[in-house]
Amino acid sequence: MTNSFKEFKHAKMFFVIGSNMTEAHPVAATYVKNAVRSGAKLIVVDPRKHKLAEFADLHVPIKVGSDIAFLNALMYVLIKEDLYDKDFVTNHTENFEALKEVVMAYPPERASDICGVSSETIVETARLAASIKPMMLCYTLGITEHSCGRNNVVSVANLQMLLGNMGMEMGGVNPLRGQNNVQGACDMGALPNVFPGYQQVVNPDARKKFEEAWGVDNLPDKNGLMIPQMMDKLVTGEVKAFYIFGENLANTEPDIRKVEHELSSAEFLVCQDIFENETTRFAHVVLPAAAWSENDGTFTNSERRVSRVRTACPPPGIAKPNWWIFREIAKRMGQTWPSQSAKELWDNEISVLAPSLGGIKYRRIELDGLQWPCPTEEHPGTSFLHKGGQFTSGKGHFTPAEWTPPAEVPNADYPYVLSTGRRLYHYHTRTQTGRTPGLNELLGEETADISISDARKLGISNGETIRLSSRRGSISLKARVTQEVPENMVWMAFHFRDANANWLTNPAFDPYTLTAEYKACAVKIEKMV
Amino acid sequence: MSENLLVIDGQEVMFEPGQTILEAAEKVGIDIPTLCHLKGTTPTGACRICMVEVEGARTLMAACTVPAAKGMVVQTESATVVRSRKTTIELMLASGRHDDCLVCPASGDCRLQELAYRYKVKSARFPETFTEYPMETVNPLIVRNFAKCILCGRCVQACRDVQVNDAIDFGYRGATTKIVAKGDMALKDSDCVFCGQCIQACPVGALVPKDAWKKPRVCETEQIRTTCPYCGVGCQQILHVKNKKIVQISAAENAEPNQGRLCVKGRFGYDFIHSDERLKTPLIKKDGVFHEATWDEALDLVASKFTQIIKDHGPDAVAGVSCARSINEDSYQMQKLFRGVFKTNNIDHCART
Repeated sequence: MTNSFKEFKHAKMFFVIGSNMTEAHPVAATYVKNAVRSGAKLIVVDPRKHKLAEFADLHVPIKVGSDIAFLNALMYVLIKEDLYDKDFVTNHTENFEALKEVVMAYPPERASDICGVSSETIVETARLAASIKPMMLCYTLGITEHSCGRNNVVSVANLQMLLGNMGMEMGGVNPLRGQNNVQGACDMGALPNVFPGYQQVVNPDARKKFEEAWGVDNLPDKNGLMIPQMMDKLVTGEVKAFYIFGENLANTEPDIRKVEHELSSAEFLVCQDIFENETTRFAHVVLPAAAWSENDGTFTNSERRVSRVRTACPPPGIAKPNWWIFREIAKRMGQTWPSQSAKELWDNEISVLAPSLGGIKYRRIELDGLQWPCPTEEHPGTSFLHKGGQFTSGKGHFTPAEWTPPAEVPNADYPYVLSTGRRLYHYHTRTQTGRTPGLNELLGEETADISISDARKLGISNGETIRLSSRRGSISLKARVTQEVPENMVWMAFHFRDANANWLTNPAFDPYTLTAEYKACAVKIEKMV
Repeated sequence: MSENLLVIDGQEVMFEPGQTILEAAEKVGIDIPTLCHLKGTTPTGACRICMVEVEGARTLMAACTVPAAKGMVVQTESATVVRSRKTTIELMLASGRHDDCLVCPASGDCRLQELAYRYKVKSARFPETFTEYPMETVNPLIVRNFAKCILCGRCVQACRDVQVNDAIDFGYRGATTKIVAKGDMALKDSDCVFCGQCIQACPVGALVPKDAWKKPRVCETEQIRTTCPYCGVGCQQILHVKNKKIVQISAAENAEPNQGRLCVKGRFGYDFIHSDERLKTPLIKKDGVFHEATWDEALDLVASKFTQIIKDHGPDAVAGVSCARSINEDSYQMQKLFRGVFKTNNIDHCART
């Protein structure tokens, strides 16, 4: 997020796209609702009429996978009607002409056909978005989990730069991160191309810095593999040993049958986890880890805030902190690392090596955490980025994007779009939430959410067990007939092993990020006989 | 006397225009007791506990609603004030079953009990006048014990003004008043989303977690602040811990980013920690079956296998996925292992999903 949660309450205008906030980020949603009750405007762009849409001044139910066409059409209207922030565009951005050239090919009439909303609605949305400044834009995985996910992301950034809503409080581009420490795992360099603090592995100076800090030589100089590539190479044998730390890939990745084939192809698979799960079945060695509340450390949230995590109880049996396990393996391979606690790791290594975290030390985050960039111990942290329109690389660069359809679109055999997400009462594959009886009582099984009109057309009643199939698999589950879902769409989550959406989802990936297209694949619905 | 000064208990106090007497007093450490007051929401002045004596005023005034004014002279613990508070407490004690603190999970963490103690009110002087609604135990996660409800309205404010779920409100009238959900249904059949903000707001034992009676009382626990392990908002929690077990979770008040709020998962989704199904020892698979192993056996095996595979096939024949749920220090350590020891950049996590 460029901005902070504490700004939400005071925002005057929100543009929420591809975010089921009341279920996936409930506390963030409370602030949006507070602001709306205090008079803020809210535009919700989402195929589904989810709870937050009930609070919206304007809910725009665009078709799954039509985001770029819609966003480009908004920018068409803003440029055509001279509603954009010319001052900001002139002084703080570059490549506007290239953007203009692309978006001017998306008049509302054209986008209307792609998006399934009227051209009047598109014009109304653009005018409303331009009517109040600043506007805070929030998105979640409805933007990223597409084969055009990267282009979706640059398009929302284009919109906010065009409106001049960057570099100020209550504005910005705010992706709400789905997991407690996904921001932190990125910051720590658990990525194939960067060291901690986003220092490129291909940069010889960065390698030299880490070689000196770690007392090693010859750090690898080319980018590594991303998860889908690792999985592919398990099958080809190019990757032989695979180490999975705290992920239940067998349930979370698209096309479970394919994923399980890949996992079973590993010559040597290590799983480090807190429970046995569907993925540990394929392991050769399982290492028991201390969980949240069983060791000290830090999480970094969506707004770049590094907060403390503390020990309440000891781990069960002889389970050990994860950092200890990695350290022991290093020791057995000839390296003795100095840090012997999470605090030592943070204070003596991480904050020393990552410049943007340089000023964050454990003693400074006893209470509220600090938001990076926080380069020095005197720095108060940064609640919003790009202050005064100053971007990291100078000017904000418009990256125009053309709309492309999802990799798999409905046809006569598979006439419905399946889109997936999270539900309020469970988290991911229920490894954690599935152990709370009350949560299982509130949500005990997966459903296929379908529209009232499709249910009527197919003669399906609420709660009736149906068969749902894609080109990859077939599951049976109850239909939940709801007005949340538009016609020709099915919506599901991936919390339960049985009837997990990932038996059906399409392993098609964004070419830049290799993010899977969880949000769109083609399915058919059959009544059970 | 300069612009914004008032006198509270003989002490000159500065105030900002718009501040209430309560806020002005709080700033200088004068403790005016409150009960219905829920910070961050519009004060209702419903409970009458914060009544103070204002010189020249016809009646006592509610400190939580009355704005501080220039030259105001306020007594917060005068004989009249104390008499009023005692009566209010007595009326509250008569408004429900408040004589069984010995078996109440909220005992020791109960505002009414605390006030009764502070003002030495032993029991209700008035006849019981309340309507006894049965305890609602059919819901998951939350028990509503109406006999303990003093109708302060904090839960309604938490639901309506803080979380904006609008699931509960006042129902009926007079002595039959009750906090109702959707035309007086059980919470599970209403718009309630079980965030439990009402539990956090409840000053007595009227709203408690369903398993509260099976666990030590909150007042017996140690409080440990931490960060929620679910979504990316990073809410600050208070773990209530006794005998190295989490007994309950509440939101840390006045903390960023959640300002005293939690959702259903953050408040209730912690049973996994103490589950019997947790992995307790390393496991090594032999002939398709996992066998318990020592750390030395498991770690030696991992190190030797990785060493061998790297020797035979090069460092890029190994790959790893880190965990976006675990602490920063763990991810740092894993990428250090892959880069610095294995000599590969084949390290990733679910960053983009």
